[in-house]
Amino acid sequence: MGEVILTMKGIDKSFPGVHALDHVDFDVRRGEVHALMGENGAGKSTLMKVLTGIYTKDSGTITFEGKEVEFHNPREAQQAGIVIVHQELNMMGHLTVAQNIFIGREPKHGLFINDRAMNTEARKLFAQLNIEIDPKETMSSLTVAKQQMCEIAKAISHDAKVIVFDEPTAALTDAEIDQLFVIIRDLRARGYGIVYISHRMDEIKRITDRVSVMRDGQYIGTLVTEECTKEDIIDMMVGRVIYEEPKTESRCAPDAPVVLKVEHLNAGRMVQDVSFELRRGEILGFAGLVGAGRTETARALFGADPKQSGDIWINGEKVSISSPKEAVEAGLSYLSEDRKRFGIVLKKNITENSTLATLKKYTKGVFIDKSAEEAVTQKYVDALKTKTPGIDQLVMNLSGGNQQKVVIAKWLVNDSQIMIFDEPTRGIDVGAKQEIYELMNQLAASGKSIIMISSELAEILRMSDRIIVMCEGRKTGEFGIAEATQEKIMAAATRDIDMQNRKNRQEGAAV
Amino acid sequence: MENTIDRKKAARSAFIRSSAFQRMIIIAVLILLYGFFYIASPSFRKYTTLVQICSNMYYTLLMAIGVTFPLITGGNDLSMGTGLICYSLIGSYLMRICGWPLWAAIVITILMGVAMGAVNGFGVAKLNVPPFIMTLASMMFCRGIGSILTGGFSGTWPDGMEPGAGFRSVFRLVVRTDSGRMPIPLGMVWMILLVILMSLVLNKTRVGRYTIAIGSNREALKLSGVNVLKWHIFAYMICGLFTGLAAVTYAATFSNITPGQGAGFELNAIGAAIIGGTAMTGGSGSVFGTFLGVLLISLLQVGLPFVGLNADWQLLITGCILMGAVTIDKMRNSK
Repeated sequence: MGEVILTMKGIDKSFPGVHALDHVDFDVRRGEVHALMGENGAGKSTLMKVLTGIYTKDSGTITFEGKEVEFHNPREAQQAGIVIVHQELNMMGHLTVAQNIFIGREPKHGLFINDRAMNTEARKLFAQLNIEIDPKETMSSLTVAKQQMCEIAKAISHDAKVIVFDEPTAALTDAEIDQLFVIIRDLRARGYGIVYISHRMDEIKRITDRVSVMRDGQYIGTLVTEECTKEDIIDMMVGRVIYEEPKTESRCAPDAPVVLKVEHLNAGRMVQDVSFELRRGEILGFAGLVGAGRTETARALFGADPKQSGDIWINGEKVSISSPKEAVEAGLSYLSEDRKRFGIVLKKNITENSTLATLKKYTKGVFIDKSAEEAVTQKYVDALKTKTPGIDQLVMNLSGGNQQKVVIAKWLVNDSQIMIFDEPTRGIDVGAKQEIYELMNQLAASGKSIIMISSELAEILRMSDRIIVMCEGRKTGEFGIAEATQEKIMAAATRDIDMQNRKNRQEGAAV
Repeated sequence: MENTIDRKKAARSAFIRSSAFQRMIIIAVLILLYGFFYIASPSFRKYTTLVQICSNMYYTLLMAIGVTFPLITGGNDLSMGTGLICYSLIGSYLMRICGWPLWAAIVITILMGVAMGAVNGFGVAKLNVPPFIMTLASMMFCRGIGSILTGGFSGTWPDGMEPGAGFRSVFRLVVRTDSGRMPIPLGMVWMILLVILMSLVLNKTRVGRYTIAIGSNREALKLSGVNVLKWHIFAYMICGLFTGLAAVTYAATFSNITPGQGAGFELNAIGAAIIGGTAMTGGSGSVFGTFLGVLLISLLQVGLPFVGLNADWQLLITGCILMGAVTIDKMRNSK
């Protein structure tokens, strides 16, 4: 490990209503891999966006190579020598590898671009990195891993000194991860400063020299990787905050009838062999980090995405659900995490939204039965205590919490028995959150069964009767609320993937 | 051993996915279609038919080459057809009313196209107006201007024995031989040269490279530090330049320009580019493919009457071919 090359001190950044970064400190040395860890929303990405000029900081200083700097856009950061390898790769798929690497600074031969020189240069870069990629290959035909290597090559060709990897292994196979680590170690040996953002605990132990942890926009501390255990890191990530009124025992009778049973559900990479049961009147929490496959599981169950295999029983009867229409007919409803895209029609009023899924019931002949429609809407506006001047109010004029209530009303009108809430309180302020929680408890008490997907541990612990934890498309834990703790859930969510790797290898060998 | 088979398989599937494959299909269809007309109709075999196919396609081809660039950026240009008429009317106006010389009228006609391209490009790239809307607006604008300027009367370009009518022979040279007058479609030579030139521009210069990059991932290009705005506008200016050239060619071919015409010309050009493998979603396309697409449309236009099918049939069949080409394109690009 060499001298410090980059120091961020007292970085502060607020967005309307959110204090995203609260005087955060962070530094990077030459020739080290420095992990940046934290739950979703802890502020890691925001910090890196401030570093590379995508966001401007409210206060604090950034010192790079001994000089105070301030970047106004990613280009300036890149020119200074700080490059991010994004999780979502920034590539032009129709162009070749070499064309991508040298975009914006093509070598020329008079008027024409000298592709030959470009390919030769690219080949040299790859030789330096010990990677075998044909510079003439079209970018979109490469695997994600190879595209990522091209980004690394591009970073090096820009003469980068600090390279930030944002969850680089999220879409890679084991063999590819091994190869990536060889490259990262090589870069470290050559004196690059590397920031490594990841959720995977085992990778942190394998590749990094130091670990810095963030929580709720604050810098918690830095540990030397060799000297700490996974448990130390998890402790720092979840903290010692006591959340208000977590549930201590299940409110659902242990012998309540099973209303939904899912067995061996498979749908792509993100849903692998998921099985679970849901009882009448139960709130089943789905915990895990973003990208663990929870939403994908819900969508596959709901028929919104195709599934490869899996059996579903509703009230003991085996059903086949291959479209949302069939799911709705079977009594399921899905309240998307992205309300504005999938949940409601913003520019329509409450009445029109409430009966959107059930318009057939409120149609007489060819005309919509306006009075019946309004009566049922008013009923649920009252029941859910939706705050609105009237039922003819456009939904876009309501607050997030009240919009969520309109979505709930829509499904109640439809008489859904099983409701899937995907991040039910996202974008909803604290007071309204409380109301949504109460509403969900009432729904459960009245005999509805609820699946609640949430990335907030506090929410999971507060609402669930039982908790299922997912990680990378698999179910990695199941706890009754009485035995669940933050630490247990976090451990399952960032689960050691060693065991899984072994399993993958065995499967690979079998094929 | 297995490896070589795999590689062959991979190479084959890569070929099927390549746009070269689509171009080969069009060439095959062209040959089959030509053969069909040749066998079905003796009068189709005449040399003059070939000349007719050529002179029929010049202005469509020029527009199609031009629009290939905005299409590759993921955009469009609907203003080409009425623009073409508008610019050639303005050229005619300058000659007949203002007494400008022919060469100056030609230059202004072309520059008008470039200017309209710049306006379209600015609207799309800087003001973020959807290309469809932006160029729809210019399409209406051009149609209005053309009619207002001429008061609804036709404009004419030099023809027959008039001085300056010689410029028509740039496209259609008539030579006297023992058996009478023989027209030579000289324009075809220029067209082929332009196809080669623009292929080079698309594949070998920065404007071409950035045109493809804008269609592929505009944000990534911007993050790479390229002045996206400039190159995006440039793509539309190329389209405008070729529409201006098409206006001159149209004037040379038909001499008589009627205001209010031209709407729909651009659709033939866009259709041809898409048949030639240019994706509406942006990122890929080729000038040679566009050339083949225009050939196919022109062959149908000229050939079908010889087998007793009128213009309506030509539209119907072109529509089917367009659907077929897009379907092949979709299949190519899916797994």
